[in-house]
Amino acid sequence: MSTAQADPVPIQQVQAEQIESAERTDLIPIFIMGKRYSVPSTLTIQKAFEYAGYQLIRGCGCRGGICGACATVYRMPDSQKIYVGLACQTVVQPNMYLAMVPFFPANRATYDLSELKADAPTLLKYYPELLKCMGCNTCTKSCPMDIPVMEYISAALRGDVEKAAEISFPCVMCGICASRCPAELAQYNIAIMCRRITGAHVQPRAKHLQDMIERIESGRYEESLNRLMSADLATLRSLYVEREMEPHTADEMWEPQEKQFL
Amino acid sequence: MGYPAELMELIKKVERTRPERVARKKAGEEFPALSLDERKVRLEKYHPDYRPDALRELKVGPSKGYSLAQEVADQFEARSRVDPDKIDLNEIHYETDVLVIGGGGAGTAAALLAQEQGARVIIATKLRHGDANTMMAEGGIQAATKGWKDSPYYHYLDVMGGGHFENDPELVKTMVLEAPRVIGWLERLGCMFNKWQDGKLFTLHGAGTCRKRMHYAGDMTGAEIMRTLRDECRNRVKQIGVLEFSPAVELLTDEKGVCSGAVLYNLETEEYFLVKAKAVVMATGGSGRLHIQKFMTTNHYGATGDGLVMGYRLGVGVRFLHATQYHPTGAVFPEQAEGLLITEKVRGAGANLVNVDGNQFVFEREPRDIESASIIRECTKIGKGVPVPGQQGKFGVWLDSPMIDLLEGEGTVEREFPAKYILFKRYGIDISKLPMLIYPTLHYQNGGLAYNPDGSTTVPGFYVAGEVGGGVHGANRLMGNSLLDITVFGRLAGVTAGQFATSRGDVGKITVDHVRRYHKELEEAGIATDRVSPMVLPDYGNPDVKRRQWTTTYVGTIR
Repeated sequence: MSTAQADPVPIQQVQAEQIESAERTDLIPIFIMGKRYSVPSTLTIQKAFEYAGYQLIRGCGCRGGICGACATVYRMPDSQKIYVGLACQTVVQPNMYLAMVPFFPANRATYDLSELKADAPTLLKYYPELLKCMGCNTCTKSCPMDIPVMEYISAALRGDVEKAAEISFPCVMCGICASRCPAELAQYNIAIMCRRITGAHVQPRAKHLQDMIERIESGRYEESLNRLMSADLATLRSLYVEREMEPHTADEMWEPQEKQFL
Repeated sequence: MGYPAELMELIKKVERTRPERVARKKAGEEFPALSLDERKVRLEKYHPDYRPDALRELKVGPSKGYSLAQEVADQFEARSRVDPDKIDLNEIHYETDVLVIGGGGAGTAAALLAQEQGARVIIATKLRHGDANTMMAEGGIQAATKGWKDSPYYHYLDVMGGGHFENDPELVKTMVLEAPRVIGWLERLGCMFNKWQDGKLFTLHGAGTCRKRMHYAGDMTGAEIMRTLRDECRNRVKQIGVLEFSPAVELLTDEKGVCSGAVLYNLETEEYFLVKAKAVVMATGGSGRLHIQKFMTTNHYGATGDGLVMGYRLGVGVRFLHATQYHPTGAVFPEQAEGLLITEKVRGAGANLVNVDGNQFVFEREPRDIESASIIRECTKIGKGVPVPGQQGKFGVWLDSPMIDLLEGEGTVEREFPAKYILFKRYGIDISKLPMLIYPTLHYQNGGLAYNPDGSTTVPGFYVAGEVGGGVHGANRLMGNSLLDITVFGRLAGVTAGQFATSRGDVGKITVDHVRRYHKELEEAGIATDRVSPMVLPDYGNPDVKRRQWTTTYVGTIR
């Protein structure tokens, strides 16, 4: 890529230009893996691939910005920067020069969650490469979800597992951070380990949940549920209509008038 | 970027009525909900399922005579992708105890529990492990966990009412009783649910709930559940193998008709191969990518109803498959976000739906089908829709998200809906200050293959879990009961399949005779078609490009 900048003529401009269709005036040129296509300017990169004629197999999942299948890197003319985005979320721009990175190999530790602790030695045991982080911040700059990746890696190094979990929460595990990391970390795999430790061992368990499970196991709701199951339609409808609604603004500890089915 | 001037002008009308609407909400005054009879009329007049020609009668198979969406019927009334006479049944490529078809939430839950029964497991999935609708579920997961105000009794009533009292009572009972156990399981696996300092779980209302029982993890509840289950699966890599980009296209049986594996298709090399298994769990999810009645969809790329087709050919009937769920709030602007789901949690948190004049026209927590029918009515019969810029004849209504910060405090939208907040910010729209333009979008397959509470079906060795199954939601699912459905019935099907597989002796001779029989039935019914199914991937190819695909025929590597 660096040669493209050294070249007096940017590579985008040496491509053959198509004769544009007279019917559409909203087409712009983009370069998919170096090849020029004219696509409508309102499309996302993903839809631009399809418009250009690709049948996507890899690099396409939820089409809604959450599954992380369509990590994409691109450059723009007159800029030294590498840009990143999710193909399903990023709108095309004239002369963008792009490639999808639908898969990038990453280290992942295999572990037994019950044996993990929320501390630095645990994380370092499974991911010793954490120590190689040189604080270059490339990961943060390359996150399409705008997560300060390096901050959670620093938190992990300090053993602040909860903080790492909290910062990394919106991660879609697209893997661009890992593809760009000079220390060869797979940040997103470290992050999910932090989140699972936090969910399982740091956040207190919900006591009311355990109470409810015990109530169910004691058979407390069998009779009332069986009565509902055998009720005729008219009865069921009236029970449904008359059920007491917890007001939207009610306090958490709100209690209904009718308690016999609790 | 951002809203164009004409929309900004219309938004002023929303802003004018907002203070009064917020005050009413704070005083506990809600827009009047429809009565059960009014609901019925609203559905019959405005819900897409009730349009003339929406449905057609099936001419073949175990549910012959049953009417369902044309697009689904097309999938059923089609030939297999593979020629049964070409398959070499002696060449088995993989052998396992339990084959799970589908790598979403239901399939992964099933795989984990089957493995815990001592079974070796293979998950075969069309895209990557976890590329599924589960990942996209935002709002939450229902469970009656707060004994001082809620119980499975009320959860049961809500589920039945939402499904118009047609749901399968046994399935509903199982789901509401298992629900708290599932939340406990996810908590132990390390899902980061939103909680108070003392561990008490945050819960909200969903449409059609009488108690606040929607548990959530930001607005990424499904993603949090999916990535956690997937991560746990990866920890058990020695017992659970995963085949990605390998959708199943047909099932296998032994000579007694016991389900015994599947034919998989390698999307990249375009070859087929066989997995022999002692039990099969079908967990392929829904079918939004069939674009019923050309609706836009919230579904992921692979949601093409493959499992319905395979199960139906095997002889398992379908229930409630006539009922399609249109999510009331799909984005219609900007164009790039079209069809994208705006979680119901936005309405649960208090945001009104308002028309072009800025007026409320429906209670925002009606069940989904009622809410969607009401939006369609507002945009058609009433004529108070908001015109979508650049899309002639298309209308939407406003989802007034800025109310949430006014009701719950500045910063709530950003904190509670981080994914949507970031997404709209990319398009230059701050949803804590400006409303979103929405319209109903194809969201969920309410029905599917018939199954029992333990996941079993009429075919031995064949189990069903999640959206591919039908019965628990009746004709209309409530928010938060889908993540619940997939985890509850995924786990149960996994247990049953695991136990069946570990106690089943050697699998006998493999056949695909059921496919031959199905083909014969198609012929006898006079269905002459060149359609093949399952669809596997939707076709979004550019017609202009296709017109230029001039290759005469396949020759070597040239196409």
